[in-house]
Amino acid sequence: MNLELILAAGVTSGTVLLLAALGEILTERSGVINLGVEGMMFVGALAGFKVSVDTGDPWIGLVAALIAGGALAALHAIVTIGFQADQIVSGLALTLLGTGVALVLGEGLAGGMVGPRLPTITLPLLASIPVIGPVFFTDQSVLVYLGYLLVPVIGYWISHTRPGLHLRAVGEQPTAADALGVNVYRLRYAYTIAGGALAGLAGATISMVVSPGWNSTQTTSGQGWIAVGLVIFAQWSPLRALIGAYLIATIRRLTIDLQGPTDFFGIPNPFFTYQPYTFFLDMLPYALVIFIMVLGAREAIKRRVGAPAALGIPYVRGERGM
Amino acid sequence: MTAVPGHRRSLLPFRLRAERRLDTPRWLPFASTGAAIAVALLLSGLLIAIIGGDPFATFEHIGTSAFGDLYVLSDTLVKATPLIFTGLACALAFRMRMWNIGAEGQLLLGAWGASAVVLSGVVPAGTSPFIYVPLMMLCGTLCGALWGGIAGWLKARFHVNEIITTLMLNYIALSWIKFWVFGPWSEGGFQMTPQFPREAWLPRLTDFAKMVPDFGGMTVHLGFVFALVAAVFVWWLLKRTRKGYEIRLIGDNPRAARYAGIDIGRNVILVMLLSGGLAGMAGMAEIGGVVHRLQDGFSPGYGFTGVVIAYLAKFNPFGVVLASILFGALILAGREIQPAGIPAMIQGIVLFCVITADALSRYRVRLVRT
Repeated sequence: MNLELILAAGVTSGTVLLLAALGEILTERSGVINLGVEGMMFVGALAGFKVSVDTGDPWIGLVAALIAGGALAALHAIVTIGFQADQIVSGLALTLLGTGVALVLGEGLAGGMVGPRLPTITLPLLASIPVIGPVFFTDQSVLVYLGYLLVPVIGYWISHTRPGLHLRAVGEQPTAADALGVNVYRLRYAYTIAGGALAGLAGATISMVVSPGWNSTQTTSGQGWIAVGLVIFAQWSPLRALIGAYLIATIRRLTIDLQGPTDFFGIPNPFFTYQPYTFFLDMLPYALVIFIMVLGAREAIKRRVGAPAALGIPYVRGERGM
Repeated sequence: MTAVPGHRRSLLPFRLRAERRLDTPRWLPFASTGAAIAVALLLSGLLIAIIGGDPFATFEHIGTSAFGDLYVLSDTLVKATPLIFTGLACALAFRMRMWNIGAEGQLLLGAWGASAVVLSGVVPAGTSPFIYVPLMMLCGTLCGALWGGIAGWLKARFHVNEIITTLMLNYIALSWIKFWVFGPWSEGGFQMTPQFPREAWLPRLTDFAKMVPDFGGMTVHLGFVFALVAAVFVWWLLKRTRKGYEIRLIGDNPRAARYAGIDIGRNVILVMLLSGGLAGMAGMAEIGGVVHRLQDGFSPGYGFTGVVIAYLAKFNPFGVVLASILFGALILAGREIQPAGIPAMIQGIVLFCVITADALSRYRVRLVRT
């Protein structure tokens, strides 16, 4: 068990949670809650893998994943923004639909097939920093670097730019934003679709980087839902999402590594000698999510931060509302 | 699409205008549900055709293999039984706008509780079924209620989003079942427990074939009767009791409920306990009435289908029974439908259509002269 390797693997698989959470942050900041992340991720994983295998070009696969996730999110947008249907249920429907579509189209894709790989990058100077170098900057996929890049970019976009100000206005006070000439509907459509595209990209990260190949129902295993929880824990801030994503993913990774050795410092490893105990390890990441949700909720009450005020409330022009 | 007419000049002398309805005519919910189902079937058929299947053959297959004769109808009711319970569990929680997405996990815990009665050896083999079955029911319901109650308590005490906690608890429950069927309760290393003794089986119609020969081969079991009783109970609770009034008021207007002095936290925990208990009954009924042992993956997502059913029924307990039979047919026929994702896909489409129809029926469309 090499600690640096485990942490590096945690960062790689944490990119899945990070990208999906960043997408959901954008969507929710505009006042739309999309619980279909799991479904969009699933379809993105399939599209990314299948298209990159078919075309032989991983970049086209990534574009396909972006489009697939965005297309599902567009459906959510039409139903919830256009028709003003319940956002929570629409998100659940999206998860069911996405799971179904991915399983149907993925039928017959054999396990063990590995598509073309995305390049990995080692940053020359940064990689030589002790600990941080090997964990963050050695042989990491381009998508991991995209994650590093998107956190400050999205953070700056939301807090320090004019379009970001409009985004927050639409999510907090759509009536006021509308009065100032911001097109509430158009922005909500745009950010919902952008969030879906990022969820699709997160899915492609699973099927093309973290565990390359098509693993049918085992592909997402609840990571979409973890990402939704992560957004709440992160209090809609990209930087906190990054910390949470890497933390949860490292624990997930650790539960796999703990099953390997026969003993720890002379004490027999119970997860090795009695296999069924490993199922308790499998529970750990999900229990951890519940735990950090409790911590996050307590802190949010103390600091008086909350969800965007108009989150989940359809905007109807000309009606009294938020 | 929006309530306000567009500002663009129309070329036609009249245009369509959507207005918000001030009141809902009695026929409208039925019409919108009917239209939603029709559109959902159409879209599903279209999708099946796009991926290269034959939609007519698929639907015909669903029809004959689910309602073709009394025997397959009995099989359909068997499949509907756990769905009625999970559908009721979701409908009750959703009525208060508590998003219990964890019926699947609560169902698994219910099945585990019922199995524990049999497999832990607390009740010696050969005990009368009149002791076995009530004990299994009690233990299964309690375990399901506990699993739902955890999420309810976290919501009431710490304001933790129940959607996430119930979902995470689903995954934990799944691993919990796996631990027991791979580990302590495994039969010869297989991922299932030994078969339960006959006394721990819920009686089926076919068990009475000696008295009524026509019942031979009919597998519908006592759990279906319990499910119908549960539907009446939920209806009575919501419509005829003070608690039910509080639950509905919190669902419609939590602020008004708080000003009326209703303890929301306590109701949250209560509803999650009841909802979890109902889902736990589903697991108990499936284990005791059909599978007769605990095994990995015995539920093809009954808990999630419960969400769709609750919406299709507009949270009406008797509507839940009807919708469950419809979905029972889908699941029964779906066992042979390939690829495996089609049932989930159809469920997603149905749910989309139902909520869209609901949203659109808030408006009336009028022709107006320009």
